[in-house]
Amino acid sequence: MSYIKKSPWLVHYDGSSCNGCDIEVLACLTPLYDVERFGIVNTGNPKHADIFLVTGGVNNQNLPVVRQIYEQIPDPKVVIAVGACACTGGVFHDCYNMIGGMDKAIPVDVYVPGCAARPEAIIDGVVKGLAVLEEKQKALAVPVRDSRALRESELEPGVAINQSQEAGK
Amino acid sequence: MSEMVINIISGIAYLILAPVMGGLLAGIDRKISARMQRRVGPPVLQPFYDVFKLLEKQTVAVNETQSFYIFGFLLFVILSGLFFFAGGDMLLVIFTLTLASVCFIVAAFSSNSPYSQIGAERELVQTMSYEPMLLLVAMGFYLHCGTFSIEGILQSSRMNFIYMPGIFIGLSYILLIKFRKSPFDLSASHEAHQELIQGILTEYSGRTLAMIEVAHWYENVFLLGFVYLFFAWSAPWSPVLGLLMCALAYFGDIVVDNCCSRVKWEHMLASTWLVTLVAGFANIVFLMYVK
Repeated sequence: MSYIKKSPWLVHYDGSSCNGCDIEVLACLTPLYDVERFGIVNTGNPKHADIFLVTGGVNNQNLPVVRQIYEQIPDPKVVIAVGACACTGGVFHDCYNMIGGMDKAIPVDVYVPGCAARPEAIIDGVVKGLAVLEEKQKALAVPVRDSRALRESELEPGVAINQSQEAGK
Repeated sequence: MSEMVINIISGIAYLILAPVMGGLLAGIDRKISARMQRRVGPPVLQPFYDVFKLLEKQTVAVNETQSFYIFGFLLFVILSGLFFFAGGDMLLVIFTLTLASVCFIVAAFSSNSPYSQIGAERELVQTMSYEPMLLLVAMGFYLHCGTFSIEGILQSSRMNFIYMPGIFIGLSYILLIKFRKSPFDLSASHEAHQELIQGILTEYSGRTLAMIEVAHWYENVFLLGFVYLFFAWSAPWSPVLGLLMCALAYFGDIVVDNCCSRVKWEHMLASTWLVTLVAGFANIVFLMYVK
C-alpha cells in the first residue's frame, strides 16, 4: 500500500510564463475544482513537496532556480510541465534568451499542453503524475533495502527494477 | 491502590489513543474548514495519509542535531501529556510542555535558513505570549482546589468553571496560539508561502516532519484536556459536559481560524497579555480575596 498517491503535495514555480497558466493552476484550488479533495496541497516549500508543477519555458535567468528547486525536493518526485511554454517554449521559443521547454533543464515526467492549460487538464496531468510517482517509489524501495542492488544498478541501469519485479513475483 | 491503576491505564490510553484522536481532529478540522469555504474538502483520514507518506519519503536533514531536537520535542510533548493523563502535577505538565517547545525552537535555530530563523523567532514571541496565561491557569486551579494535582482537581465538589470564568477566557484565547490557528499562526502558517515559506517547518522533510505532525496531534489532545478540567467535577455526568465543551472549544477555534487574517506579532503579544491581565489576573484576585 502506497500512501504517496493519496497525499501529493506540490510546489508551483512560474518560470517565464505570462501568468495565464498560473492563474489556471490557482483556479484548481478554488471551490469549483477543489484539488484538496484528492489530498493535494499547494505547499510553497520544495522540501515538503512531491510534485514540481512548473509553468513557462526555461531561460538563462531561471535555469539555476529551476534546477535548485528540483534538487531540493526529496525523492521520489515528479515534474509536471504545465502549458505550451513549459512543454516546448511555446510562442517564446524563437526569443534570443530562451533555451526551450522545461525538459531542457530538468527531467519532465508529464506534459500538460494548452495555452493556457485548463484546470481540468492540469488536474488530469497531476493524476497521471501520481502513477509515475508510485512507480518511482517502487524503484527507489529496492536500493534502500539492499545496497548490493544499488551498486549493480549503477553498473547496469534497469537491474534494480528487474530485481524488484522478480521479488514481487 | 485502585486509583493508581486507573491513572496508569489512562496514561497508557493517552499514549495509544491520542495520536488517533489528534489525527481525526485534524482531519475533521480540514473537512469543516473546507465546508466553510464551500469546498468538498479532503477525506477525514487525510492527516494519516500525509504522515504515512512522509514516513515513506526521503529525509533530508541540514545538520545532525536537527532531528535530535525534534525527537526531543516529540518525547517531551508525549511526557507532558502522560503526566497530565496519569493525574500528575499541573506545574510539571506545564514546564515539560515548555521544554518541548524550547526543543522545537532550538531545532529551527540550528539551521542557517532565514525562513527557519524567522519562524523560530516568531515561535519565541508566541511562547512569550501564551506562557503567563498558562501559569495563571495552574495558579487558579491551586487557589480554587488547593492542589496542583490533576487527580485532586477532578474530585472538586463543584464545577471549576463557575469560579474561574476569566481564566477560562484567557485559556481559550491562548489555545488559538497553541493550535496554530489564525489570527495567531505566525510561526508556521500554511497560507504564508510568499512571506516565510513554512516558517519554523521550512527545513524539515520526511520522517522529521512526520514526527512534528504526530507531536502536534499529541499536544492538541492534551491541551483540550485543560478545557475538560474546567467542566469536570465529582458529579457522575460531568465527563459528558467536559467532552462536549472540548468539542465546542475546538469548533470555536476552527470558526475563528476561518474568519480572521494573520496579525502582526506586536498585536498578538499586546492582546494576549491584555487578556491575561484583565481576565486571568482579575480572576486570580477574585479567588484570593473574594471567594
